Amino acid sequence: MTNAMELYQMLPKTNCKKCGKASCMAFAVALMGRELKPEDCPPLKEEPKYKENYEKLSSLFKPSEGTTETGLIVHEDLCFGCGNCVVACPPNVANDPYGVGSGNAPTNANKLVLAVENGIVKAQNLGECRRFGKNKTLCNGCIVTCPVEAIEFV
Amino acid sequence: MEKNYHVCTGCGLLCDDIEVEAEKNIINKVLTACRIGVAHMKEGKGEAIFRVDNKPVDEAVAISEAATILKNAKNPLIFGLGASTNETQKIAIELAKKINATLDDTSSFCLGSLVEAIIREKIKTCTLDEVRNKADVIIFWGTDPSDSHPRHLSKYSYFPRGKEKQRGWEEERTAIAVDVRKSHTAKICGNYFFQIPPKGDAEFIDALIAGLSGKLPKTSYNYPPKKILELANILKGAKFGVIFAGRGLVNSLENLEPIFRLMKALNEKANFHLMPMVGSCNTMGFNENLFAETGYVNSVKFENGTVLHGPEYSIVESLKAKTVDAALIIGSDPFSILPGSIVKNLLEIPVVSIDSYETLTSRNSKVYINTAVSGVEAGGTATRMDRKKVSFEPFIETNHPSEETILKKIMEAL
Repeated sequence: MTNAMELYQMLPKTNCKKCGKASCMAFAVALMGRELKPEDCPPLKEEPKYKENYEKLSSLFKPSEGTTETGLIVHEDLCFGCGNCVVACPPNVANDPYGVGSGNAPTNANKLVLAVENGIVKAQNLGECRRFGKNKTLCNGCIVTCPVEAIEFV
Repeated sequence: MEKNYHVCTGCGLLCDDIEVEAEKNIINKVLTACRIGVAHMKEGKGEAIFRVDNKPVDEAVAISEAATILKNAKNPLIFGLGASTNETQKIAIELAKKINATLDDTSSFCLGSLVEAIIREKIKTCTLDEVRNKADVIIFWGTDPSDSHPRHLSKYSYFPRGKEKQRGWEEERTAIAVDVRKSHTAKICGNYFFQIPPKGDAEFIDALIAGLSGKLPKTSYNYPPKKILELANILKGAKFGVIFAGRGLVNSLENLEPIFRLMKALNEKANFHLMPMVGSCNTMGFNENLFAETGYVNSVKFENGTVLHGPEYSIVESLKAKTVDAALIIGSDPFSILPGSIVKNLLEIPVVSIDSYETLTSRNSKVYINTAVSGVEAGGTATRMDRKKVSFEPFIETNHPSEETILKKIMEAL
């Protein structure tokens, strides 16, 4: 799933407002923001002609195995603990500017999203991650700084 | 809460912010260190091992056997010391003087020439802390710190915020890689990766110097002149530039003249520094200590109070010419790092191996003495790649003797 437009294409596009949103496009945006779920659209769920699209959408939003709440996966076999993601992660910098933000050891460990433990990066405190919560953004600070593609979002 | 940080001696970066959780001398958890550091710290375990002819013996027998080998040799070779403390290195230099040995370390086929130029102050250099606080243009030339010094980019050179670089790497720093292949570091540099053919460095330097003075940069391998001019423009605008030079650069050049030329041209237009990417945790210390003692950084031969120097006294040339008749290898593994055609000559002479780890060399030596891991089980000082002295305390108790103790005992036995 890349954008709300793609989700919109799979909706009934009737703007029936049964979901409480003004239009199907608004529903798609809410779906993208994970405010609503596919089953919140009654026609999509009930009418047989939308069955295929409903299943497709449901599978898109089914949490994948092994992922965290924000969809972050660390491939532990690839990671070698360089800590680029730890230092580049915006919430990490904001919460610990003189520790990890300056390349040093963490001084505020319970607020950090990423930290290196036993030579491998660990994701924690995901409430702080920019991909979590209502105002989430598609932040990719940890992905672009990884030399070995050990971090992935699904 | 005051935390107790340890120094990691896994590579030349000597990270000093490592937290270790240990119980009953067994390390359970290591925080902040990279995978190299964790492996290095967790490796040293078990009982101390002393072997002669692959049979276990006690410490005294191993030391007297080692002393006998060195005493009977006319021209023994002492090699290694890259992972030893400054204190150990000084004793090894004394030992070499005493037994008229040939003394060398890995820098003779790595970055020795560049380190010597830095020690002699022929090239402007800086510290890693200055890089973190000020650097805006960072070049990785013929080196891949993502693999060799994993925390280089995250702790100092690219990602951290520094005193004068508070807005972060996206806005305030430019990382550039020049290499023969797309390394992990080059991947991070993205569009600023300049791929050149092997042995193409000298020509690339000349083209870059031409670009810096506004001339058309030409190379025999037709590197796009536009890209070189683009690079030259970035370099011209550097307020605090630094080149991290690796073996890829040094080994592709006949001599260091192109580097001197490049640094001169860069410093006419901008402000540039150079730092060698020293691999082992204290190779820099060895080069400094030997320089202070003899005026050379490696490949020396002591002869009744005089010092001879030249490529013929490096490990590679002396093994090739079979001029040495015994070897004392300290904390290094020539069987793994040197070409087989050269290192096979080591099999013909008696070898004493002093190492914290079991290696291919330790298995092929006549005497093997297993020592404590410096930085983990033994304390001392080491010199970081930017020449800063870092001291460390042991945090794991061990019954393994330190390299320093063993060398002192060998000295006494002689």
